[in-house]
Amino acid sequence: MISAIRCVLRRDLLLALRRPSDVATALLFFVIVASLFPLGVGAEPNQLRAIAPGVIWVSALLSSMLSLARLFAADHADGTLEQQLLGAAPLGAVAAAKVLAHWLVAGLPLVAIAPVIALQYDLPAPLYGTLALSLLLGTPVLSFIGAIGAALTLGLRGGGVLLALLVLPLYVPVLIFGAGSVDMAAAGLSALGQLQVLAALLVVSAAFAPWAIAAALRISTE
Amino acid sequence: MSSSVKWYWFASPQTFYPLAGRIALACAVGAAALAAAGLYVSFFVAPTDAQQGDAYRIIFIHVAAAWMSMFLYVVMAFWAAIGLAFNTRLSAMMASAIAPTGAMFTFVALWTGALWGRPTWGAYWVWDARLTSELILLFLYLGFMALQAAIDDRRRADRAGALLAIVGVVNVPIIYYSVQWWNTLHQGASVSLTRAPSMATTMLTGMLLMALAFWLYSIAAALVRVRCIIRERE
Amino acid sequence: MNWGSWAEFWAMGGYGFYVWGSYGVTAAAIAAEVWALARRTRRSREAAP
Repeated sequence: MISAIRCVLRRDLLLALRRPSDVATALLFFVIVASLFPLGVGAEPNQLRAIAPGVIWVSALLSSMLSLARLFAADHADGTLEQQLLGAAPLGAVAAAKVLAHWLVAGLPLVAIAPVIALQYDLPAPLYGTLALSLLLGTPVLSFIGAIGAALTLGLRGGGVLLALLVLPLYVPVLIFGAGSVDMAAAGLSALGQLQVLAALLVVSAAFAPWAIAAALRISTE
Repeated sequence: MSSSVKWYWFASPQTFYPLAGRIALACAVGAAALAAAGLYVSFFVAPTDAQQGDAYRIIFIHVAAAWMSMFLYVVMAFWAAIGLAFNTRLSAMMASAIAPTGAMFTFVALWTGALWGRPTWGAYWVWDARLTSELILLFLYLGFMALQAAIDDRRRADRAGALLAIVGVVNVPIIYYSVQWWNTLHQGASVSLTRAPSMATTMLTGMLLMALAFWLYSIAAALVRVRCIIRERE
Repeated sequence: MNWGSWAEFWAMGGYGFYVWGSYGVTAAAIAAEVWALARRTRRSREAAP
């Protein structure tokens, strides 16, 4: 099973890196969306500092969701997915590997770019660590939950928007605790509680989501 | 017939169809009767509240609708899970039949909550934990209906919707807890739609009557809808 | 009895807009669903007798 995971992971990463524009577009989206908010609400520094954690988190959420539609589509189109369904490796493991690849390419870079956005919002430097940690814990959860939606909406017309409608309500807890952790730190309190909840969500989603993704893939391809 | 055979007998859409019709009619009549009683209690028996005046009378339908919205989601997920596990067509049809009624009650809960909030707390919408969770529940219902509408293959639609409903029902407590935590953090002031006037017996009676009326109505509506679905598919 | 007259009943102590706005929309939502179900029943009966 480990070798199957490694194989699928390598393949997905290679494919993603061969089309860097897809990856870069999602990250650029993250930056653009985060830059829109000050234009909309005004550039008053105190206000921006207050909304920064929420804005960064919402932008990360939307950006991560954008790249989800591609998660299974390419493999579904060229028949690789059917092969994986029929293959010897457990489908849950394959699904987990694909989610991991997605996160490495679409989620992890957000963690790296977030401090730059935080700079734009004049978020105090000591909060960068909490922000990065909350995103580090939260973005894999977004990938796992989003993958369930991607598998359910595989090949459907209106897929991207439908995926958003299905997945965004499920994202709410991650958003609340992710942005909440930075808000707590900004108020001078300990963010440990929220970060622990995020970690718990990560463990639970990593444990159960692969099963749901595999079931959804079977339902969508029969 | 032994009892287990009797259940499977009714798992066939054809045999369930006439039974559903009879139950639906009985429930519809019961719902109308209970609603009449509930409305009577709400308007003519329950006294005017000292703090909220007559605006609090909205509580009788707001709470009942909110209860139904949550209860129906769980029932929907239950039938979806049964359909997925045992591969029974009728269970999946029941889940699809319940969804629109559940969404309707969720909307009613939100609407009446807003109109109750305005005179009582000064704003149509407050990010109260329960109202916010209710809003997300509406999105969950609509997502389920949208997913099923987007899939042409009926079998795939049934099973995809079922999986979504199960994922949703597992998430509902998590969502509620997270929103409640968020609400207490951000709403320092005690704005809470959960603080109803202290429950006099008459008020409780009114709420229960309306809740039961809504419940019977939901059964009737879902059964009529499932009959439509059976006719459409078979 | 709570109400002295019909006028008082409709006024709901000044909160008439909110109370009747709630009960009215609820009744309308239920009516809409019943109507939609009736239409669906009629359509499915015509399509597959």
